[in-house]
Amino acid sequence: MNLREFISLAWESISGNKLRSLLTMLGIIIGVASVIIMIGISAGTEAAIEAQITGLGSNLVYINQNFSRGGPSAFQPGGGGGGLVYDDAFAIADNVRGVEAVVVEQPSSETVKAGNVNLESVTILGSTADFPSVRDMELDQGRYFTQQEVDRKQKVAVLGSGLAQELFGDENPIGQTVTVDTTKLTVIGTFEERGLVSGIDFDSQLYTPITVVFQKFTPARFARFLGDRVRQIIVEVESPEVLEGTIEQINLLLARLHDVTLDAADFSVTTQQDIIQTQEATTQAFRSLLAWVAGVSLIVGGIGIMNIMLVSVTERTREIGIRQSIGAAPNDIRGQFLTEAVVLSLIGGVLGVVVGVGGSMIFGAVSDMQTVVVSSSIILAFTSAAAVGIFFGFYPANRASQLDPIEALRHE
Amino acid sequence: MAVIEAMDIARVYGKGDISVRALDGVSLTIERGEFVAVMGPSGSGKSTLMNILGCLDRPTEGRYILENLDVSEMSRAELAKIRNERIGFIFQSYNLLVKATALKNVMAPLLYARNIKRSKAEMEAKAQEVLAAVGLEDRVEHMPTELSGGQQQRVAVARALVNDPAFVLADEPTGNLDSRSGEEIMALLHTLHESGRTIVMVTHDSSIATHTERTIHLLDGKVEKIVQNGSAHEQARKIEVQHESA
Repeated sequence: MNLREFISLAWESISGNKLRSLLTMLGIIIGVASVIIMIGISAGTEAAIEAQITGLGSNLVYINQNFSRGGPSAFQPGGGGGGLVYDDAFAIADNVRGVEAVVVEQPSSETVKAGNVNLESVTILGSTADFPSVRDMELDQGRYFTQQEVDRKQKVAVLGSGLAQELFGDENPIGQTVTVDTTKLTVIGTFEERGLVSGIDFDSQLYTPITVVFQKFTPARFARFLGDRVRQIIVEVESPEVLEGTIEQINLLLARLHDVTLDAADFSVTTQQDIIQTQEATTQAFRSLLAWVAGVSLIVGGIGIMNIMLVSVTERTREIGIRQSIGAAPNDIRGQFLTEAVVLSLIGGVLGVVVGVGGSMIFGAVSDMQTVVVSSSIILAFTSAAAVGIFFGFYPANRASQLDPIEALRHE
Repeated sequence: MAVIEAMDIARVYGKGDISVRALDGVSLTIERGEFVAVMGPSGSGKSTLMNILGCLDRPTEGRYILENLDVSEMSRAELAKIRNERIGFIFQSYNLLVKATALKNVMAPLLYARNIKRSKAEMEAKAQEVLAAVGLEDRVEHMPTELSGGQQQRVAVARALVNDPAFVLADEPTGNLDSRSGEEIMALLHTLHESGRTIVMVTHDSSIATHTERTIHLLDGKVEKIVQNGSAHEQARKIEVQHESA
């Protein structure tokens, strides 16, 4: 018998027992569909995270206060080894090659009033002139403040889109005054809607020169310690190629300025790449967990096929005997039942792909999770269905091939 | 020339003290073109002999030469090839594939043929031809359940002939049939015999056995006696006479 004859025999048997064939395939269908859906979910999550991270701005280097090294005792006024200061940003901008822009951010939380609208606990983000370019923010109306305005501690504000809407509704906010705590700021611009990026809601914040935050919104009892200290300096480099060298220069420069060794630095430098890698490690773990779950369901599906094939071999013992009597060799019988198991699995695989792709799309549409149908997952699911068919079909098929023709012919 | 040469064949089931000698030194020779009956009460070893002659089983002792080929120690796969090419089975209970049409049933042995590769069309033509020879040319697409017992047995005869075997092995071919269908099948076997086929028929019905040229009587696993029943021509006439009187 050749493969074509085996397949046509298998098809006759499968189509002659439609309900049972479908029930047999159910395990494989669910297994394959779950492989595709789960890979779809994890790939979707990965894509969402990646979009978020690149949404933070590209080619960024983050310099953070290193509390674990510096420790609270390092907070001495004007002292070396006391962490990042506002002037570090200028030192980096002036001395490090390959730097495109430097921005310093210092948040505070205050009450904001405009007309008769009163909002509690609004994040006031003090920053410098490069903020929109580094953070990839587009202005909707007006403009952002200049470095000159920062230096002169000008009382100006740029509003996130949501905040502007809350404070002024449909009115034009440009030129209006907002009262932050007790300080009056003039609105000079609004941002376009940005949404949530890495858990930060850029739309609900108020942006003002960092010098204003130092002067007006740092509680007096902390000001003595903190002075012009900043938590984070963000550096945008010219291109990914110069990233390594730039980090090296920043490290050396800050170590010299802070009078510390790099081993005991009071700051740490991380890149976008580091963050992406951490995220990738997380999604990798998530993905392999899902792959295991899907793999287990495929194995369960395979056991289902083996079960039914064993029943089928017993039921068709007489047929096997007849075939043996007219000249079917053990290989022919084995081939017949193995082909049947594989064809069953492959049909189950095709149906599983249909259910999986459809399921991914529906799941992506109705839930707030993003799903992506990965074409390699279809191939993976399909080949594993075939492998399951061969693996779990072999034992029943081999058993059928070893039946004694005399016994088999006598079987009722 | 001898088609079947069995030399001192024994078949022992089990081992040691509990072993049973179902066949105990059976020797016989069947020439090409002969029509032979094997008879015996139950437990005589008739089924065991049939299984060995049909290459479904191997003798424990002795030699079985089929068309000058020693098949006594062949593997399962080799025996399957011998069954496919040289033996045509007719069973008491027809043993058709219930989910296949008459045509597909007759084609089945051709699918397992290893020495000759035929196209599907050639196989169908061959099966059609043999079905026509047994008078079922208008039943080729019928399922076994749509056929009478006699028709089913004729499909089985067609299947036995399709690979042009060395001999036809019939096991109680009329056992499940009413007397009229039984006679038709016997008449068909006689026609085959007259066209030169070698037929070995296992039966417990002495009236059917006498239609053959020779009857081999088995008892307790041994050949008890061999009786000559007359020439083939005479046997065929006997059937015709019965037909006319019926």
